[in-house]
Amino acid sequence: MDSVESTMQSRQMPVVTGRTMHYKPLNLVRWVVWGLTVLLMAVLPLIFNGGFALTLMSQMGITIIFALSYNMLLGQTGMLSFGHAVYSGLGAFVAVHLLNKVGAGELWFPVSMLPLVGGLAGAFFGVLFGYVTTKKSGTTFAMITMGIGEMVFASSLMFPDFFGGEGGVSTNRMVGEPFLGITFGPARQVYYLIAAWCLVSMIAMYAWTQTPLGRIANAVRDNPERAEFVGYNTQRVRYLVLILSAFFAGIAGSLSCINFEIVSAENVSAVRSGGVLLAVFIGGAGVFFGPVIGAVVFVLFAVALSDLTKAWLLYLGLFFVVMVMFVPGGIASLLMMQVPLLARRQLGKMLPSYAVGAAAGLVLLSAIILTVELVYKVQVDSANGTAMSLLGIGFDAGTVAPWIVAAVLWAVGLVAWRAAGARVRAAWDKLHGEGKA
Amino acid sequence: MTDTTGIKAAAALELTDVRKKFGQTEIIRGVTLSIGKGERHALIGPNGAGKSTTFNLVSGRFAPTSGSVRLNGREIGGLEPFVINRMGLSRSFQITNIFHRLSVFENLRCAVLWALGYRYSFWHRLSALRDAKERADEVLELIGMHHRRDTQAGLLTYAEQRALEIGITIAGGADVILLDEPTAGMSRSESDHAVELIRKVTAGKTLVMVEHDMSVVFGLADRISVLVYGEVIATGTPEAIRNDRKVKEAYLGTTLEEAAEGAH
Repeated sequence: MDSVESTMQSRQMPVVTGRTMHYKPLNLVRWVVWGLTVLLMAVLPLIFNGGFALTLMSQMGITIIFALSYNMLLGQTGMLSFGHAVYSGLGAFVAVHLLNKVGAGELWFPVSMLPLVGGLAGAFFGVLFGYVTTKKSGTTFAMITMGIGEMVFASSLMFPDFFGGEGGVSTNRMVGEPFLGITFGPARQVYYLIAAWCLVSMIAMYAWTQTPLGRIANAVRDNPERAEFVGYNTQRVRYLVLILSAFFAGIAGSLSCINFEIVSAENVSAVRSGGVLLAVFIGGAGVFFGPVIGAVVFVLFAVALSDLTKAWLLYLGLFFVVMVMFVPGGIASLLMMQVPLLARRQLGKMLPSYAVGAAAGLVLLSAIILTVELVYKVQVDSANGTAMSLLGIGFDAGTVAPWIVAAVLWAVGLVAWRAAGARVRAAWDKLHGEGKA
Repeated sequence: MTDTTGIKAAAALELTDVRKKFGQTEIIRGVTLSIGKGERHALIGPNGAGKSTTFNLVSGRFAPTSGSVRLNGREIGGLEPFVINRMGLSRSFQITNIFHRLSVFENLRCAVLWALGYRYSFWHRLSALRDAKERADEVLELIGMHHRRDTQAGLLTYAEQRALEIGITIAGGADVILLDEPTAGMSRSESDHAVELIRKVTAGKTLVMVEHDMSVVFGLADRISVLVYGEVIATGTPEAIRNDRKVKEAYLGTTLEEAAEGAH
């Protein structure tokens, strides 16, 4: 036993922020949140039934599963992985080959159950790679996952039969006999398939947090050494959690295979692995629902915003930096802070200050957007002329006027933001002073 | 009590010529100790004598360089901490070592799960495990912290965290308990309270403790071993240790009572 080294290993703190939700049962809130989730999943496509909305929501469903599976590692067990796309991606590749075999009539398999196969494939690769990665914890674990991720990405070009080379493997999801008229041709049918798998996966992953292994994972996150001294092999705990997490990642991957009808090397890339880390951090790793919020926000950025502006990745990066610096617990931690106020019926007293804060934030946001868009127009897109428009207002980036407007917005925004911040803090302190008295 | 012939046959913990080197430096230089079942044994000695290192060797944090460590007759030297724990030895830490972000109750429940046989289960619902809940609540009551049941452990006072530390240590039902400076940093009244707690929770168990507070040592221990520069220079009843010439020399001519005074 290399005990000196393993002791040093366990001293490295996992990169996790925020709090667990377990020490204060908020049962009513929990039921409301779950009820709303189910309701939204069922009803939203009836309200927004356009093709774009369905695409957006389908991708949200997939990303929610992927982000929650990632948070089994990061938030629940304190394992920072840089290679989680390996499991979703390889799950997707296995699924796409199976789907093509079904399409060629070589065997029979229902498309709706494909995610189960993808999940098992993910878990299989979890057993394989996890055996290596989970030998270590902390920074070493993070580095090994990065190495495995690069290795799998590199092999995607070395084994074109399985990975399809640069073009990837394309497929057709409309195979086999339609069941009750369901062909999975229309986007809406695919959405409901994704929604169903998403809900089942969410419930399963939540249930997992309430099992002995789920709780011991929290213990390993908080203090791996102590966990060893109450009888737990922390390496085994990390390994098992990784396999389970890879299973759900595989489900997400095969759903994306059905949704896009193509799987390529991009599915196992470091970009995907980094994306899910971003989504979970933005949403909040410390609360179960954090990654769900993060996934929704992330897809809004990646799909909706990328349609509007070429600078979407810059906005996402800025947003990520702001969140990590000022709200390390993610959006979920901001929401959780309001729950005690809501319970004491004091949230109303905070709303005026929040409104002021939101107004100041909006000014600052418009300053950022105007600046970024002006710079992009001049630096990246000037070949098409410098005329541009935002919110239907046309102007010329080559003139000085819009730059002055941007400068004014910055000045007003920053001053207002500081003032609003002070006001929110004062209102918060006042309420909490009262709460204690 | 000094008659060890009876104790040896039923030794709960037995160290034979245990040595530990870090690089070229030998920190533990041949420790031989035999601690009987149900005995309360204190390990004392000046700073740097190797008391905590001895604990680390016994509990599996470090592997001994040579020598034998036996728990209830079975060799445990060099085994992993979780293996040793499953064999019935549990320890506390000098620096509080708890699950900071879990509630007090969850801390204790984590400490009983393995012992109750739930291992790595992800097919049991925690809230349905009545035996785990009952055992955790029992320990909660024992350490007098039921009013703090749902408090996040990281937010407890220092003395409360020390009590929780002891709670986690005994919750799994191990019959050999190692406590590393359980009253370190406590006020007189807190430390009196801790002694009562230790007496209560280790009833019927074998207790080995490292302690600097001599009033705690003389109040609790059946036998005392004095460790100086990685060697046991004396083992015996509190009375025998009090009058031992070598022990007096080790404490630079002061009596142990004076050393105890100095500690406060």
